[in-house]
Amino acid sequence: MPNSRFAEIFKIVTADRAELLSDWLETQKAAGVRRPDLFSDAELTAQLGQFLDGLTAALADASEEPGGDLRDEEWAPLRDALLDILRERSERGAGLAELMRFVQTLSNPLAARLTEEVADRPELLSGELLKINRLLNTCATYAGTHLLDERDEIIERQRDEMRELSTPVVQLWERVLTIPLIGTLDSARAQEVMENLLNAIVEHRAEVVIIDITGVRVVDTQVGQHLLRTASAVRLMGGEAIISGISPKIAQTMVELGVDVGEVTTRPTIRSALAEAFRKVGFQIVRGEASQRG
Amino acid sequence: MTERGSGASVVVALRDEHDIALARREVAKACDRLKAGALRKVRFITAVSEIVRNAVDHGGGGQIEIDVDQANKMITVRCTDTGPGIPDMDLAMKDGYSSARSMGKGLGGAKRLVDRFRIENRPEGGIEIWMSSRL
Repeated sequence: MPNSRFAEIFKIVTADRAELLSDWLETQKAAGVRRPDLFSDAELTAQLGQFLDGLTAALADASEEPGGDLRDEEWAPLRDALLDILRERSERGAGLAELMRFVQTLSNPLAARLTEEVADRPELLSGELLKINRLLNTCATYAGTHLLDERDEIIERQRDEMRELSTPVVQLWERVLTIPLIGTLDSARAQEVMENLLNAIVEHRAEVVIIDITGVRVVDTQVGQHLLRTASAVRLMGGEAIISGISPKIAQTMVELGVDVGEVTTRPTIRSALAEAFRKVGFQIVRGEASQRG
Repeated sequence: MTERGSGASVVVALRDEHDIALARREVAKACDRLKAGALRKVRFITAVSEIVRNAVDHGGGGQIEIDVDQANKMITVRCTDTGPGIPDMDLAMKDGYSSARSMGKGLGGAKRLVDRFRIENRPEGGIEIWMSSRL
């Protein structure tokens, strides 16, 4: 038997499940929450039913109102039902506001039933209505928070993945590495670049590293500093860094900013940097006989 | 987040590293609207990069307002932060002076990259930097 705290609500939720379901469905249609493009009526009814079942099971056990995160064990059936519905609905592309209103639309049919149920005890009405609204608001807020948290997680993960993808160290030749930088070089990425590069130097026993910034649009003092720090770390590892891909406009801007590359070798293009790298490690590029004849 | 302010100005809130990139992109768009030459565009964006980074790293965040004047091909930005302000403005503008572990060329460099540059402590706290260039 349900605890007396939710006795009235339990009664109206369980009195006539089928009728409550169809009333709720109608309310959703009227409120424009239903998404016939995403869910058939049968699917929607199944979701509503799942929520009601979770609610019923939780109400049967609950002694306290749920905390904002629905974490209390006695509310677990409701939370699980809600999470299932959220997953299903957000996978099909339902928006955040819709998901919150999905829950809140239950308030009208419940309020109507409650008013009838306690018609002979009007002093109970406002208290019970408040309980219903608090409960549904908690569910709606939980749904919203859960979704936002999930999206934040996805964004964070993709950011991490992009960061890793965007700092590939490539071996061009024996003892010659290159790292093409694209986009922006913020502190976190600069750190990533430095680590990958230093590890690759050890792994490939590299002597020359070409840091290509053709794809970096803005070199401000911080980017300049990151590049120079990376170059000195390479030198500490016994290698030599060549910064390539400095366009004329970046070069002029760097001069104006006062970024001094000091003893770091720089080349305008990756091609001239590669030629320099070959010279340093003692390779020569020779035109083949076939093309000499041709 | 960006929003359209009054008139044609675009406002970017500055809180972290991602907002710095966003501010640069918005300024790049504004330069494109003015059909700026490549060099002048890079110079202005680099200067903006310096001052917004200063606002995020040392000024406790703030915002930047970007305005374009199509008729005169002018771009103007106004960047405000919420930090403690700068006690010695002349020193802060000097190359090589840094309150943190950086090159200390940011503000002076920004000034050299634009046509007009003004920096001042705001009476309500924080600093305001105003820069403009003809593109």
